[in-house]
Amino acid sequence: MQSDTHDRPTGTLDETTLVAALKAGDDAAFETLVRTSSHRLLAVARRFARTEEDAQDIVQTAYMNAFRALEKFEGQSQLSTWLHRIVVNTALMKLRSQRTKPEESIETLLPTFKTDGHHAERFRDWSVPADALVQQAETRATVRACIAQLPEAYRSVLLLRDIEERSTRDVADALGLTPAAVKTRLHRARQALSTLLRRRYAADGVTAQDGVTSAGGAASNS
Amino acid sequence: MTCRELTAFIADYLSGDLPPDSKIEFERHLDVCPNCVTYLDGYQDTVRLGRHACDDDDAPVPDTVPEALIEAVLSARSKPSQA
Ligand SMILES: [Zn+2]
Repeated sequence: MQSDTHDRPTGTLDETTLVAALKAGDDAAFETLVRTSSHRLLAVARRFARTEEDAQDIVQTAYMNAFRALEKFEGQSQLSTWLHRIVVNTALMKLRSQRTKPEESIETLLPTFKTDGHHAERFRDWSVPADALVQQAETRATVRACIAQLPEAYRSVLLLRDIEERSTRDVADALGLTPAAVKTRLHRARQALSTLLRRRYAADGVTAQDGVTSAGGAASNS
Repeated sequence: MTCRELTAFIADYLSGDLPPDSKIEFERHLDVCPNCVTYLDGYQDTVRLGRHACDDDDAPVPDTVPEALIEAVLSARSKPSQA
């Protein structure tokens, strides 16, 4: 069973040796672990956290949690995968403790409808195929920036479901929501993200297609 | 089915959770409503882009971890913290 192997940082011990040293309480091994894994973990924490301070806080707490749980690490997964999971769980604990009003302005990013149920907006194709866009680092950065703009209650669900690939049930438990609420939030989060991306790429002129005028228009006359 | 209803069903449609009757109606609406087709395409592109948005986090990134954080982690561990 070959999982996609993350590159191990060069110049470090192999993982089995490292884990053994960690379990033995070897200081140098801990420092190696922290120095080689913290940038990835901080990147993950930053996605969930509201501020840089919170992100660093999450990483620090996550390492503490990891150190404490080390005995239970059985090497079934890679150390990096295990740490990643701990960071996400730590971030969730923090989110839960900070609980914000979930409706925080998502409405303005959702599609609107006329009274007869038709879309109020005429949508335009993004002329650049998503598959091509996915390949570009610049696109990924843009998408991450758009995700960061989502209201927190929605952002966390999108991160957990679409990026961390956790199950609906798992996310519901972690956030203290019903599975139905998780599904609704995910759908709204994707819709809002879609709106942000559409605006972004349309504004860039990437999609500037002739023939279709104005997105916002089509005022309904009854 | 209206555009509004179709839009509400998109996630279930894509995950295959829409009941057969609704699925037929969903697709019947798509046949006659290019605007919803475009919206659905955009939604699917969004999901795809979202899923790959963090792919680079596994690539080596420039060292952006503040030394102070690393020191804090290391010193917190060396403190007697067993409780
Ligand atoms: Zn429609």
